[in-house]
Amino acid sequence: MPREAIVRTIGLKKTFLLGKIPLNVLKGIDLEIYRGEYISIMGPSGSGKTTLFNMIGGLDKPTEGKVYIDEVDIAQLDAYELAWLRCRKIGYIFQTFNLIPVMTALENVMLPMIFGGMEMDEAMNKAKELLETVGLGARLHHKPFELSGGQQQRVAIARALANDPAIILADEPTGNLDLKTGKEIIHLLKEMNRNKEVSIITATHDLKMLDVSDRVIWIRDGMIERIEDRENLQIKVGEVEGEEAG
Amino acid sequence: MATRVPEKKKIGKQLTLPLSHAFNMSMRSIKIRFGRSIIVTMSIVLGIAFLMSILSSNAFTAGILEKGPENIKITIQQNLEEIRIRQLWLVSLSLIVCVVGIVNAMLMAVTERSREIGTMKCLGALDKFIVELFIIESSMQGFVGSIIGVIFGTLATFFVYVLRYKGLIWHIFPAGLLLKYSLFSILLGVLISVIGAIYPAYVSAKLEPAEAIRREV
Repeated sequence: MPREAIVRTIGLKKTFLLGKIPLNVLKGIDLEIYRGEYISIMGPSGSGKTTLFNMIGGLDKPTEGKVYIDEVDIAQLDAYELAWLRCRKIGYIFQTFNLIPVMTALENVMLPMIFGGMEMDEAMNKAKELLETVGLGARLHHKPFELSGGQQQRVAIARALANDPAIILADEPTGNLDLKTGKEIIHLLKEMNRNKEVSIITATHDLKMLDVSDRVIWIRDGMIERIEDRENLQIKVGEVEGEEAG
Repeated sequence: MATRVPEKKKIGKQLTLPLSHAFNMSMRSIKIRFGRSIIVTMSIVLGIAFLMSILSSNAFTAGILEKGPENIKITIQQNLEEIRIRQLWLVSLSLIVCVVGIVNAMLMAVTERSREIGTMKCLGALDKFIVELFIIESSMQGFVGSIIGVIFGTLATFFVYVLRYKGLIWHIFPAGLLLKYSLFSILLGVLISVIGAIYPAYVSAKLEPAEAIRREV
C-alpha cells in the first residue's frame, strides 16, 4: 500500500509586508508528510519554519500555493469547515503553551471537546484520562499559573490530543523549557506518536528532536535545504551543530 | 500528483454551540478575572455616576421649577438662561467623558486577550462564538456598573440638594424624571460597554489565528 500523505504543500509562498517593503518568508515549499510520521522542521530563527508551520496548520493563509490536509485543499474551506478541521484533525502545541489562563488544566483539555459538541460528562472523563496519560492525574484542578512550564506543556499536549486528531503540530514545543523537561516532552510526543498513530510535525531548532524524528526537513531562507531520513542523520549531527553555532 | 482532486467530503462543519455555553464561560471569566473585571466595571461606574449626577441635578432643578416655593423659583428663573447653557455643556461633557472612559477600558481589556482569542480559534471556536462571549461579558459588566453608577450619581446630587434646600427636597422630589434619566443612563452604559468590547473582539476573531496569537499589546 502506498503511503498516505496527510499533509501536502505545493509551491507554498508567503510574503509579509514590513511597512512597504515586501519580505518573502517562504519562497516555494513543496512537501509531503505521511500518516504516522514524526517530522521535525529545522532551521535557524528567521528561516520561515514558524510561518510554514502556521500554513500547514491552517492558522494563516499562504500568499501563493496550496496546502492539502488529508487531500483537502484548505483554501477552499468555509469558516465552519475550517473550525471543524482545527478542532478535530489538528492538535496545536505552542512554544508559549497558550493555555487559557482562567481555566483549570481539566477545563483547558475539555475545551476542544466542547467546541466539537461533546457532552460535558463525556468530555470530562476523556479529559481526565488524557491528563493521566501525560502524567498530570494529580493536577486536574490547577490553573496554568500554578503549574510549571513542563506541566503546562503536558496540559497542552493533552489538549492537542482531545479530539483524536490525525496531526499534531508543535511549534518549538521545547523552546521555553529546560534541557531535562524538554527531553521529557519530546519523549512524551514520541510516545503519543507511536501509541495513537498521530502524525507529529514540529518546528524546532532543538537538536534533541533529531533522535526521535522519522524525517528532518531543513529550512533555510524560506526554502527547503534538504530532507533527511533518520538513518542518514547520525553522522551529520556534528556538522549541524557547527552550522547552528555559526 | 500535484493535480489530484481534493475530496471535500472528509471535512465536516463545526457545530454552533448553544448560547448557554457562551454564557457560562463568560460568567466564569468575569468571576475568575475578578480583579480585572472590577477595574473595568469601576470605570463604567465612574462614567455613569458622573453622567447621572449631572442628569439628576437637572431633574431636581426641574422639580423646583415645577413645585418649589415662589422665592426660590424666582431666583432660578432669573438665571434660567445661564443655567440651561451650563447644564447643556455639563451634560455633553459628562457624556463624552463617560463614553471615552468606558470604550477605553473595554478596548484595553479585550485587546490584551487577543492571544486567548487566537488560541480558542485553534481549538475550533467559531468567530461568532468568540464575539458572543465578549457581548455577554461586556453587557454584564456594563449592566452592573451602570446600576451602581446610577445609584452613586443620584445619591451624590441628592445630598448636595438636601444640604441646600433641606426638607423642601421631599416636596419637589422628581421621581418620574429621575427614573427616566436612570433608565437612559443604564441603557447607555450597557450599549457603550458592548460596543467598546465588540469592536476589538471582532477584529481579533476575524484575524487568522496565527496573527491573533502573534499580536502583541
